[in-house]
Amino acid sequence: MSTERTYLHAISAGLRQEMERDDRVFLMGEDIGALGGAFKVTDGFAEEFGSDRVRDTPIAEAGIVGAAVGAAIAGLRPVCEMQFGDFVACGFDQLVNVAGKMHYRLGLAVPLTLRLPTGGGFSGGPFHSQNPEAWFMHAPGLRVVAPATVRDAQGLIVSAIRDPNPVIFLEHKNLYRRVKDDVDDGEIFPTPLTARTVRHGSDLTIIAYGAMVHTAERAVAELDADIEILDLRTLVPLDEGAILASVARTGKVLVLDEANYTCAAGAQVASLIADRGFETLDGPVRRLAAPDVPIPFSPPLEQFVLPGDDAVKEAARGLLEY
Amino acid sequence: MAATRDADAAGQSDRSPLTDTDRAGLLEYMMLMRAVEEEGLRLYKQGKVPGSFYDGRGQEAVCVGATWALHGSDPISSPLIRDLGAHLVRGTDLVELFRHYMGRSNTISRGREGNVHFGDRTKGIVGMISMLPDMMVVAVGFAMAFRMRGERRCALTFFGDGATSRGDWHEAMNWAGIDQLPVIFVFENNQTAYSTPTSRQFAVDPVDRAAGYGVHAITIDGNDVEAVFAATSAARTRAVEGGGPTLIETQTMRMHGHGAHDDAGYMEKDVLEKWAARDPINSYAERLRADRVDVDAIQARVTETVSEAVDAAMTGPMPEPSEALGDVFCQGEAEPIGEGPTRWSGFAQEVTK
Repeated sequence: MSTERTYLHAISAGLRQEMERDDRVFLMGEDIGALGGAFKVTDGFAEEFGSDRVRDTPIAEAGIVGAAVGAAIAGLRPVCEMQFGDFVACGFDQLVNVAGKMHYRLGLAVPLTLRLPTGGGFSGGPFHSQNPEAWFMHAPGLRVVAPATVRDAQGLIVSAIRDPNPVIFLEHKNLYRRVKDDVDDGEIFPTPLTARTVRHGSDLTIIAYGAMVHTAERAVAELDADIEILDLRTLVPLDEGAILASVARTGKVLVLDEANYTCAAGAQVASLIADRGFETLDGPVRRLAAPDVPIPFSPPLEQFVLPGDDAVKEAARGLLEY
Repeated sequence: MAATRDADAAGQSDRSPLTDTDRAGLLEYMMLMRAVEEEGLRLYKQGKVPGSFYDGRGQEAVCVGATWALHGSDPISSPLIRDLGAHLVRGTDLVELFRHYMGRSNTISRGREGNVHFGDRTKGIVGMISMLPDMMVVAVGFAMAFRMRGERRCALTFFGDGATSRGDWHEAMNWAGIDQLPVIFVFENNQTAYSTPTSRQFAVDPVDRAAGYGVHAITIDGNDVEAVFAATSAARTRAVEGGGPTLIETQTMRMHGHGAHDDAGYMEKDVLEKWAARDPINSYAERLRADRVDVDAIQARVTETVSEAVDAAMTGPMPEPSEALGDVFCQGEAEPIGEGPTRWSGFAQEVTK
């Protein structure tokens, strides 16, 4: 039996399944109980599982992350929501210095999941639109995953919860209700922490993750070329083998980020290709990302900085003609 | 001194809850902490300890007394750089400890950490990090988990006067107060954070601030190991019986610099002299000697144990450089915090009651 789910409902379904199967799993965050979360990912969860396992917290992001570390070490499996991914900056120290370094320093595993609603495109302005993944890629000890599809949203939340490490789960707000798919309504299996080939091609590889996978798909549909799209799905670990294999097949690569250009996830991908895939290249490694500015509020400004379909098409054409 | 603001909560009664064995143990672990740290300082000055060396001279009563009052299943998150005694009471291996100090291959930190930045999962201790007071928040998370599972356990965390200035202090206190969680905040007021006096850290005493968070608070003499034990024991009872969190201010003095590299020239000499006369080990040793405890035998045993540990530690090799890699991620099952030894005799009596 299959059922249609949105990206948002897929996350909810994954959370619900794991809470039903493992009583160590509990949720914590601001307004996730009575309100069901600012985006309603946990709508109805408080009634279903009780306020002990669906905990409304004070507005204290360091408190949320730090308390989750304690609960995780005590043997529970906390899944925390930052109301907007941007606010993780307030819990940065607990995440990077306490959670991320714990296993290396002390041999103590910290199985916690931190959900970050990220991304722009809806006039959220400088504090409700960021893509902070690169901050955490640079901090040892944190896994970073970024689903683009319904299937991966539910599969990766399951993988994150079952992982014995701190996992940053990036859920793109612009995909929440826009992306829908028919999925099996039975057990949700964990998604492996590897990249996914969205479509095969031989002329060019476009590498993306999260919402930019959909941007790439729309752009490719309008281009008369045989283009491969690689959805990274996880940034830590980064599926280096899949990246290099795809570039070896096509010889040309365009790397997309919605995040700011400098030191973005795509910069790491480009550096990997330059370092270890140079001899398979037939052209320069191209990147598209947001310029290094805060994400502005006004729609024309925001649309100007976020890499859109046209920019992807233009960059792809340039590479195809190279 | 020792203005106990809540005499009842300090758990003082005519009959001491401590047996002679407990009292000898308290003295022995304070002496052991001092002896280990004196050796550590000596090794540092000989160039055998890389980085710097941090000790808790003058503050031994706080960590030893507080840890003694805990059940082995109560995690400590975390002992700080003046709290080596907490690790020792929980049974840290001395040979491995000296190897850890010296950056040699060891089972405690594998050379990945130094000084008092270590923990032992199997003994119920989470190692500190240098950002203070981050581990207070983690202790609150432990307490939350115990409450959720209905366990009769509490978490204990140490923090200093400097840590009260940071936001995590507020978040931990606020969170613990809102949910009335089973957590003990041991405020180690050693009067100075590196060179900064408490007058530059807070306008309102943290003990008074605690009321604003719904956290019960008391002030005790941090150089009196039995007072620390009694206050912690009372706070633990309160915590596991649902009475909520307690902040215990232990008034003490950092007798050395921040680290071995710091001559503490900014400290007033007469203040240190005054506190030296109230040394927690000397005063307790006198007290026990008067009760016919063989203090000299305890000291001799401690000295010999530490000396043997140093000799044995010297035989250990430096780690393989490649040990720097690996273990960033857990590959298997996540093992939760374990249980350390229970020291206070009163827990055994509790079971037979």
